[in-house]
Amino acid sequence: MTTAAEQREGTVGLGLADVPTTDDPQKAKDFTSDQEVRWCPGCGDYAVLAAVRGFLPDLGLRRENIVFVSGIGCSSRFPYYLDTYGMHSIHGRAPAIATGLATSRPDLSVWVVTGDGDALSIGGNHLIHALRRNVNLTILLFNNRIYGLTKGQYSPTSEVGKVTKSTPMGSVDHPFNPVSVALGAEATFVARALDSDRRSLTEVLRAAAEHRGTSLVEIFQDCPIFNDGTFDVLRKGDDAESRLIPVTHGEPIRFGPADEDGAGSYAVVRDGFGLAVAKTDDVAERDIVVHDATDHALAFVLSRLSDQDLNHTVTGVFRSVSRPTYDDAVRAQVDQARNDKPGDLQALLRGKDTWTV
Amino acid sequence: MTSETTTSQRADSGEEIRQLQRVVIRFAGDSGDGMQLTGDRFTSEAAAFGNDLATLPNFPAEIRAPQGTLPGVSSFQLHFADFDILTPGDRPDVLVAMNPAALKANITDLPAGGILIVNTDEFTKRNLGKVGYDDNPLDGDDVASFQVHEVAMAQLTRGALEETGLSKKEAERAKNMFALGLLSWMYHRPTDGTERALNEKFAKRPELAEANILAFRAGWNYGETTEAFAVSYEVAPAKLEQGTYRQITGNAALAYGIVAAGQRSGLPVFLGSYPITPASDVLHELSQHKGFDVTSFQAEDEIAGVGAALGASFGGALGVTTTSGPGLGLKAETIGLGVALELPLLVVDVQRGGPSTGLPTKTEQTDLLQAMFGRNGESPVPVIAPQSPGDAFGTALDAARIALTYRTPVLLLSDGSIANGSEPWLVPDVTDLPDLSVEFTREPNAPDGSGDFWPYLRDAETLARPWAVPGTAGLEHRIGGLEKADGTGNISYDPDNHDKMVRLRQGKIDGIPVPDVVVDDPSGHADVLVIGWGSTYGPIGAACRRVRNAGRDVAAVHLRHLNPLPANLGDVLGRYRAVVCPEMNLGQLAMLLRARYLVDMMSYTKVAGLPFKAEELADVLTNVLADMPADTVKSNTGNGVQA
Repeated sequence: MTTAAEQREGTVGLGLADVPTTDDPQKAKDFTSDQEVRWCPGCGDYAVLAAVRGFLPDLGLRRENIVFVSGIGCSSRFPYYLDTYGMHSIHGRAPAIATGLATSRPDLSVWVVTGDGDALSIGGNHLIHALRRNVNLTILLFNNRIYGLTKGQYSPTSEVGKVTKSTPMGSVDHPFNPVSVALGAEATFVARALDSDRRSLTEVLRAAAEHRGTSLVEIFQDCPIFNDGTFDVLRKGDDAESRLIPVTHGEPIRFGPADEDGAGSYAVVRDGFGLAVAKTDDVAERDIVVHDATDHALAFVLSRLSDQDLNHTVTGVFRSVSRPTYDDAVRAQVDQARNDKPGDLQALLRGKDTWTV
Repeated sequence: MTSETTTSQRADSGEEIRQLQRVVIRFAGDSGDGMQLTGDRFTSEAAAFGNDLATLPNFPAEIRAPQGTLPGVSSFQLHFADFDILTPGDRPDVLVAMNPAALKANITDLPAGGILIVNTDEFTKRNLGKVGYDDNPLDGDDVASFQVHEVAMAQLTRGALEETGLSKKEAERAKNMFALGLLSWMYHRPTDGTERALNEKFAKRPELAEANILAFRAGWNYGETTEAFAVSYEVAPAKLEQGTYRQITGNAALAYGIVAAGQRSGLPVFLGSYPITPASDVLHELSQHKGFDVTSFQAEDEIAGVGAALGASFGGALGVTTTSGPGLGLKAETIGLGVALELPLLVVDVQRGGPSTGLPTKTEQTDLLQAMFGRNGESPVPVIAPQSPGDAFGTALDAARIALTYRTPVLLLSDGSIANGSEPWLVPDVTDLPDLSVEFTREPNAPDGSGDFWPYLRDAETLARPWAVPGTAGLEHRIGGLEKADGTGNISYDPDNHDKMVRLRQGKIDGIPVPDVVVDDPSGHADVLVIGWGSTYGPIGAACRRVRNAGRDVAAVHLRHLNPLPANLGDVLGRYRAVVCPEMNLGQLAMLLRARYLVDMMSYTKVAGLPFKAEELADVLTNVLADMPADTVKSNTGNGVQA
């Protein structure tokens, strides 16, 4: 049981505490709008849409109390395809718009759908400030490392040297690591998932929705037209399994093909101030890092395990901690003021010093 | 000194008292000298006494420019009178100069015969040198035409505070209160209010409250006991409309109008804002009124401020954003989204000097065309402007009403002189304020009986779309910046639909009913019409009075609604042989009116960062009248217009 005080403190798991629920059974179809989905064939967005439609019924929320707000970009068409309330807004500004909505309406489950260009380029400022304020939002950041809607320019997550229409000799921009950015911006919940891994994606989405505060989920997602196969090394091929490092709070970080004990044959171990990957056989069990989602420094070094090359790609929940949310605190002040000093408009207009003619 | 009428004798000292109808005082000093506080207090004293008044604070953008320099001069001009006045006054009758820089920056505004009171302690060789005076100007011809009072204010203040134990430096800081005390004596102001206010202001540091009150009393006593001040002056209370009055600044009135709009609509107010001069005081004021269900959000930037406000409007709040200068440009894209979403949004722009950072603390009317057209695509919004500090209250209520009724962003254009200026304000009775209550849509509305909800099905009369807020079962819908099909609101790239939607959005704004303009033409025989908008109301009105007092006829109209324009405006403009349009820009309203009505006019413009002077506009009007051929027959007289 949680107390009201714990709830105000932003206890993990209470992200949806003020959102009305329904006992009526819900299906993915109930969340499907009548609008034709218009992404390119093979777009990773389809997989994410299917995952979201499929998992929303599990939350048991009243459909009318869910709002998806998006910016501009391919992924930002998302709200049109869900039969909830939604706003397809302007480039980069969805976190700001969602902040106003979430602050004034605690009874809503507010989602932001954004992409690597939308969130990290034009909207970078709004993203980091939403994260540091810890507004009760769930942000899905679709990262395909390319501008798709404008037909293929490099994005702030594209690798150096990327040849695109706007960089015929290769991009010279150093990219962002979205998880590192979010952690640096004081995010209380940061996770990563791969679009094609439906089970892990759903788990992460659920944890993100239930987190009270701003949750950021980076979703690796393919653009088959302008950046085809970017994440293929994580999906297929002999070493795909040994590149993905799923982490779970409280469990030793082991990954790759299973050892005789059923856990991965690779492990993450400490290496000075950072982390390194080793064969499980070569290290003592006590040297294997146990994931702690409340350890900010650990989350950060995990995010740095691999650069753009995807050699060691951590997925799952990097960080999940409880911190009072901006919107709860703002509403608490308004409620306190309304209790302590309810507004008297006539008295306000009169002020302290009046004279009569 | 203006309009001297009678004289009498002071009861306390037997010295001569002259009765005046109006006085303009300018306090000028270093920006660290507390001139704004001094001016504010004198204003409150005048208000408490029942004078009509108008004020013009004028201060540098730098918080503390180098001490004693010209860029660091801060001043506060106050006009108070026994009749209803319209402006803070063209020129001071009394100039209080706290240092050589203040003297140099302001002396040219003081007319011959004016009273000059100087704090001589600051007239050191070093300070004189800082502003390029080789010799002390008080010793030369520079001040020969004035009634000069040299007062060692710092020394006298120090003396009065000797027993308080404050350091010399701390004691001298109270010299502005000495000046206030002296002026309060000269003009027979009530003093209780100032002593009470000082006690409140320094409640946490009673030793400073005591010091300031001692300095204030010392200034008063200095006036009373020194033979230098043989004459004092009285300005009787003004005969204003009956009722309860208070003093109010434009920014405060605007904030109160927003609070009132929330109360009268029954909606929570959500302000998303980013600090910017001179709009920040609206943010500060609204942040104090959470008890009225007002949420204030200090955003990471201007864009987030307006974005959050629009998000709150989507959720059923009255979304408000406030800005100045370059902030309006940053908000443009989101205002455009508001036009497409057709949601209520109140955008307040307190205009200041531009372009770019421009003159942050000075006043202009240079954002009119940006407010009208400064977005991509055909994106009309209503534009509305207050004419004086107190009028900002009703203008904010009106803007909120339009936003809520027509589901549209509304641009409210205040300006620096309205924002920081103050005047007596007839406190409205809350029960007389308009009812702004809004009905959210709660039922499906599809005309085909399908039980669907069509978010862009319009009200036949207002053309407004339904406002269905999240949480309403069965009305789940998606809106966005992409063009929508008329009615259903689904994404549409259909050419005919786009043309229709562009015209529907325009028609909705064009069709908003606004009151007809009322022509002010006391004689009904004017040939010349002067038209203005915003804060030029005061100087234009004062100029018209001067012209009429000189025996000439002139008519005036003042626009609150800039978009849409009042329905009778075209007729009114056509009735006059000449139209004059004074603006603190390069002719933006004149451009709009010429284009709209094919009526030419004389665009009189000045962009100096300061309000027009009444004298200047009166000269303009007099010259126009003098150029009118006397014998031509009027094509259409001013008959039939209301005075």
